[in-house]
Amino acid sequence: MSVTTKSPVVLQVRDLACERDGRRLFEGLDFSLNAGGAIQIKGSNGAGKTTLLRTLIGSTSDFSGEILWRDKPFPRGLRSMRESLLYVGHRGGVRGGLTPLENLTWYGATEASAMEALDRLDLFGFEGSLCNSLSAGQNRRVALARLFLPQSPCLWILDEPLTALDVAGVAALEKQMANHLENGGSLLLTSHQPLNLPGLNFVDLSDFLVEESFSDMGGEHVFN
Amino acid sequence: MSLTDVQVQAVGARETPGFAALFKIEMLLALRKRADIANPLLFFVTVLALLPLGVGPEPELLAKMAPGMIWVMALLATMLSQESLFRGDFEDGTLEQLALLPQPLYFAVLAKSLVHWIATGLPLALLSPLLALMLNLPTEGYLCLFVSLFLGTASLSLIGAIGAALTVALRRPGLLLALIVMPLYVPVLIFGTGAVQAAIDGYAYSAQLAILAALLAAAAALAPLAAAGAIRISLDN
Repeated sequence: MSVTTKSPVVLQVRDLACERDGRRLFEGLDFSLNAGGAIQIKGSNGAGKTTLLRTLIGSTSDFSGEILWRDKPFPRGLRSMRESLLYVGHRGGVRGGLTPLENLTWYGATEASAMEALDRLDLFGFEGSLCNSLSAGQNRRVALARLFLPQSPCLWILDEPLTALDVAGVAALEKQMANHLENGGSLLLTSHQPLNLPGLNFVDLSDFLVEESFSDMGGEHVFN
Repeated sequence: MSLTDVQVQAVGARETPGFAALFKIEMLLALRKRADIANPLLFFVTVLALLPLGVGPEPELLAKMAPGMIWVMALLATMLSQESLFRGDFEDGTLEQLALLPQPLYFAVLAKSLVHWIATGLPLALLSPLLALMLNLPTEGYLCLFVSLFLGTASLSLIGAIGAALTVALRRPGLLLALIVMPLYVPVLIFGTGAVQAAIDGYAYSAQLAILAALLAAAAALAPLAAAGAIRISLDN
């Protein structure tokens, strides 16, 4: 275990509980993510995987518990965390009115590095077509091509990155993720599919379910 | 291999797009969606061309109605095009990514409003002398009409961004958007038509134009702030 103690903890979650629409999704969640570490969040549909990720990137401040980025608690740590964050959500952040190349340049890539990233995801030849006219899987690839750019931010938070990807796409993504971890980056992702990544840890949200009988629920929820 | 070395390599500096980059990309997108530019203009021209058919072609009557009609139609045309201001970016996740940037959302909203004005308000102002001619507006009012629309539609674009941001998560915001922004549009409309009326009647109209300019300055400073806050609330749900 000496290896894990050596690499510093980048993101730590202590006793976290999240709510959505007045319903408590999970509570008592504890985990920490090291530099070079990867965690896959598991849980059934509606268990709160996306809510957890959105809480960690600071899109919602509706949580109780502590989140620390490099030992600095939120919301103070949030700012410096966002500077080293690459987040790809359900909605990939790919503009339909732009070409894949323009989309990547928008995310700070140079033309050469954008072309190389697109090439590695088999999008060579599509760099000049509008993303509106590409398929769902191809748009997903454009969103994920950000992971293939040089000088990538050190924390990757990915929400269901494997949706709509084919076998070759998944393999290319796994390779790039392993590469990222080797370079000391960290990875947090949700997925229903198994991933072939060395050193992948799991957090199962169903272990942190709220055990609450119906009568314990607040009166307001009953009347709503 | 030493861990500290590779860590430094992995912490890439995050490139933040500045106002110029935001503006450039929005302009590019606006130019690719020409129908969105043409629709409000067509609405503006069609309604004003139909007006004499509805109320009768008496030149005096039309001249009397012209400042108010042109201004109200410009206002409606701006509002109709505002609904989709943030919709596309919300649906494809761009808004979420913009909200994650270390730079405040203020500049993104300002860039979007500016491009919206260039695509709708500016062409409306440029077309207004032609429509003024059709409606028999006295020639003294032309310059004032153009300047008041030039300043006023910019305020409308900025104020409308607040309504668009508040309703971006809703599926059919139409009427709600109108209810939110209409009261805020009223001062612009009053001083806009007031300036043109004063010019036609031969009075000084610089005071009204100065107030329109002041409204624009206030809108440019405050409306993007409010819209940025509204976007964060919309994204939270």
